[in-house]
Amino acid sequence: MTRQCLMDNVYLTYIPSEKFKTSFLSAQMVVPMEKETAALNALLVNVLSRGTGTLPDMESISRHLDLLYGARLEPVVRKKGENHVFGFLASCVDDRLLPDNERVLEPLADLLGDLFTNPATRNGRLNGEYLRSEQANLIDLIRSEVNDKDTYASFRLIEEMCCGEAYGMRRLGSVEDVEKVSLQKLNKYYLSILPKAHLELFYCGSAPEKRVAGMFKRAFATLPRHGELPLAPSIRKGVNEECRYIEETMDVAQGKLCIGFRTDSTDNAATMLMNAMFGSSGKSKLFENVREKLSLCYYAGSTNHWKKGMITVAAGIDFENYQRALDEIFAQMDAMKNGEWEPWELESARSAVRRSFRAVEDSAGGMEDFILGQIATNGEETFEGLLAAIEAVTPERVRAAARCVRADTVYFLKGKEA
Amino acid sequence: MSKVEYPRLAEAISRRTLPNGLEVIVVHKPFHAKHYAFFATCYGGLDMRFKLNGQWHDTPAGIAHFLEHKMFDMEDGSATRTLAENGASENAFTANDMTAYYFECTENFYDSLGVLLKFVSTPYFTQESVDKEQGIIAQEIRMSDDDPEWRNYLNIVRCLYRDHPARTTVAGTVESIAQITPQTLYDCHKAFYTPSNMILVCIGSMELDKVCAIAEEILPGESGETIERSYGEIEDLTPAVKEMEEEMEIAAPMFLTGYKCAVAPMNELLRANIIGSMACDVLFGDSSPLYNRLYEEGHINGSLGGSFELIPGAAFLYVGGDARDPHYVSGEIAKEAARLAAEGIDENFYRQIRRATYGQMIRELNSFEDIAISLADGHFRGFDYYSFPEIFDGISKSDIEEFLRSNIIPEHSAISIIYPSEHGKET
Repeated sequence: MTRQCLMDNVYLTYIPSEKFKTSFLSAQMVVPMEKETAALNALLVNVLSRGTGTLPDMESISRHLDLLYGARLEPVVRKKGENHVFGFLASCVDDRLLPDNERVLEPLADLLGDLFTNPATRNGRLNGEYLRSEQANLIDLIRSEVNDKDTYASFRLIEEMCCGEAYGMRRLGSVEDVEKVSLQKLNKYYLSILPKAHLELFYCGSAPEKRVAGMFKRAFATLPRHGELPLAPSIRKGVNEECRYIEETMDVAQGKLCIGFRTDSTDNAATMLMNAMFGSSGKSKLFENVREKLSLCYYAGSTNHWKKGMITVAAGIDFENYQRALDEIFAQMDAMKNGEWEPWELESARSAVRRSFRAVEDSAGGMEDFILGQIATNGEETFEGLLAAIEAVTPERVRAAARCVRADTVYFLKGKEA
Repeated sequence: MSKVEYPRLAEAISRRTLPNGLEVIVVHKPFHAKHYAFFATCYGGLDMRFKLNGQWHDTPAGIAHFLEHKMFDMEDGSATRTLAENGASENAFTANDMTAYYFECTENFYDSLGVLLKFVSTPYFTQESVDKEQGIIAQEIRMSDDDPEWRNYLNIVRCLYRDHPARTTVAGTVESIAQITPQTLYDCHKAFYTPSNMILVCIGSMELDKVCAIAEEILPGESGETIERSYGEIEDLTPAVKEMEEEMEIAAPMFLTGYKCAVAPMNELLRANIIGSMACDVLFGDSSPLYNRLYEEGHINGSLGGSFELIPGAAFLYVGGDARDPHYVSGEIAKEAARLAAEGIDENFYRQIRRATYGQMIRELNSFEDIAISLADGHFRGFDYYSFPEIFDGISKSDIEEFLRSNIIPEHSAISIIYPSEHGKET
C-alpha cells in the first residue's frame, strides 16, 4: 500500500491486489462536519451524480456504466469522527476478465473526475431541476430513517450522547436545512468548496501504480486548487457520573434498548478487547447471557467507537423486559470490571479481533472505509500496529479498561400502550 | 482428483463425491487471508410436507429455521466455544430451499472445519433448550414484523399464491413454533441432514484431500433415503388476491407489484434465472427508459428495484420501492412491459444490458458467500453454476421478449402497498 500526494491537498492511496474480480475506486472530499454545511454537502454530491458536461443526465450515465460492463457508481455521504466525507465509490470488472482486452478502468476514472470538475450545467450554473428532485429525494431519505427502527434507535442514542458535537449531527442534515438550499446557494457553495476541500482518491485492484496515478492525474487535471480547508480534530469528552434515561414511543412490535457508555481510558487496544468480550464477539457476555441464558432477545451486541471513547449497546426486546434486560447488561459490564471471566473468553475475543482486522484486507471497500476513518481522525495506527497491540494486552489491562467505563445514556424505544 | 480451471472466470475448483454421497467442493483462492467453509443441506422453509418411511408428514411452519438455531447445541456445549477459541466466526441461515452453516477464519481452518461438521451432524435437543429457543425466535419474528420491506415482500407473495408454502415465512409464527418438540426436530434432522442431501464448499487455500479426510472421519459412512417433498400442485398464473394494503409507522408509502411466472423445467434453471434477471434490467433497471423517466418526473426515488425469483414449485418477478402514488408507478411498469412485448427491445439497449449483465455475474465472484450459495444451489438443482458464461452466450434478445410477453401481463399481477400509519386518518 502506498499513499502519495498527487496535487495540492489531493492524495492517492494505492493498494495492489490480485484477489478481486473488480477494481475499486473512490474519490472523497473530507471537510469539517458542520450543521450549516451538512445538508449542502449531501445535496451537492447527489446533484453532481445526476450528470456531467458530456453525460448530461442519469440515463446517459447509466448507459455509459452498462457499456463499461456493468461498472458501478454510487454517491456516498459518511461521517468520520468530526468530519464529513462525501463523494463517489466506483468499481468495474478487471480488464483481464473482459472479452477483447477492452479497457474500462480509464473511462471510469474519467467519469469520476468529470463528476467533480465538469458537472451538468444550465445557464452556467448547476441544474435547478436536478436540485429540486434531489431535494425531494433527500427529504424522503431523511424521513425514512425512521423505517429501520434498529438504526433509528442507535442513531437517537448517539444524537443524545453527542448533543452539540459534530459526531451527533445528522449525516444528511435536517429536513429544514435541505429545504432551505437554493440553486444560487448551492452553486456558490460548489464553487467555493471545490478548490479548497481535501480530496482523497483510492484504488484497489490489479492495475500497476503508474497506470493508476496517471489516470487519476488526467481525470482530475482541471480540478482548481487554492486555499485549504483543514480537517476538524477529534473530540473525546470525559465521563459523566450521572446516567441519563430517555424514552420514546412509536407504533412498533418490538422495543429497542440502546445504552451508551463513555470511557476515559487511553488504552485503545485493551478497550477493543474488553468490548469484544463484553458484546461484540460471537461468544460475548451479552450474547451468552442476555440472549442464550435469559432468552430476552434475538440480538444484543455492542460497538466500540474507539476514536470517541464510547461504547454503545443495542438490543431488541419485549417492552415488559426493559428492566430485566437493562439490569443484565449492566451486570455484565460489572462482571468485566471485576475480572469475572475465564481465560478462554479473553483468548476468543483476541482471535475475533485479529480475524476482523485481517478480514478487512480481503475487502476493498472495508480498507477504503478504514483508511478514510484514519485520515479523518488523524489516526496513525496501521493494521499491523493494531494487531501487535492486541497481542500484548494482559487480563489486568482489560480489567483496568473496563473500570474506566461509565454508563452515560439509556435510550428506549417502546410501543404505544394498547 | 481433478482440478477444473474456468479461464473465462479466472477461477479454479476441485470437487469429489464421497462414498456416503456428500458433495465436496474446494474453490481455490490463494491470495485471500481468510478461509471459508459452508456446509448446507437441501432443506429449507418450504419443506414442511414430506414422505418418510412411506408416510406423508406435515411439520409446523418454521421448523427448518428452528432446527438451524438448535444445531449449535452440543451435549457438552463445546462447539461454538472451540470455534471462538480458534478465531472462527460462525453463522447460519435458513432460506426457502436450503439451510447453511458456515464460518470464516484466518487461522486453524481444519480444526474449525471438524467442529462445524461435527455439530451440524450431531442432533442434541432437550425440552428445556427447545422452550428457551422459542423465546429467542419469537423476538426474531417480532423484529421482522417491524421491517416494512419484509412485510411488503411477504404480502406480495401472499397476494400471488393461494396455497404454495412460500406464503408462510421461513421463521414461522409464534404459534407455529410453539408446536415444535425435541422429537419433531430429531425426525427432521434424520430425514434431511443426511450426507447425500448435503454439500460442503470450502473457499481459500485449503486442500481437497485434507477436507475430504476430515469429512469422512466425522460424518456417517452411509446416507439415508432420498426424501420426497410436496409443495402442493403447481398453481395457475392467476394471483390469489389482486391487492393487499397495510399501515405501518413509516415515512412514505412503499409498494411491491408482483407477476406470477411460469415455472422453468429443472434442466433450464440457470438459463431461466439469467433471462428473468435480464428482463428486470430491461423493464425497470437503473438504465432503463422507464426508470429514468419516472425518476426525472419525481414519481420514484433511488429505492425502486426488484428481482426475479425461482423457488421450488413457483417463480415470480417483483418490483417496487417508495412511491407517492404506488398505483401510478405499477401501472407504468405494466404499460412498459406491454410496450416491450409489442415493439420489441431496442437493439442497442439490449447490447448494453448484455454487457452490464455479464459484468454483474463476474462481480458476484468477489463474494465467498455468493459463490458458496450458488454452487450449492447448482448442486441441489442440477446445474454447474460456473457454466454461466456459456449459458449466457446462448441467450438472445427474443428470449427476453418472450419472457416479458408470456409472463409480465396484467392477468398475472398483484400489488401490495404499505401506507404510513396516519394514512387512514387523512383520507
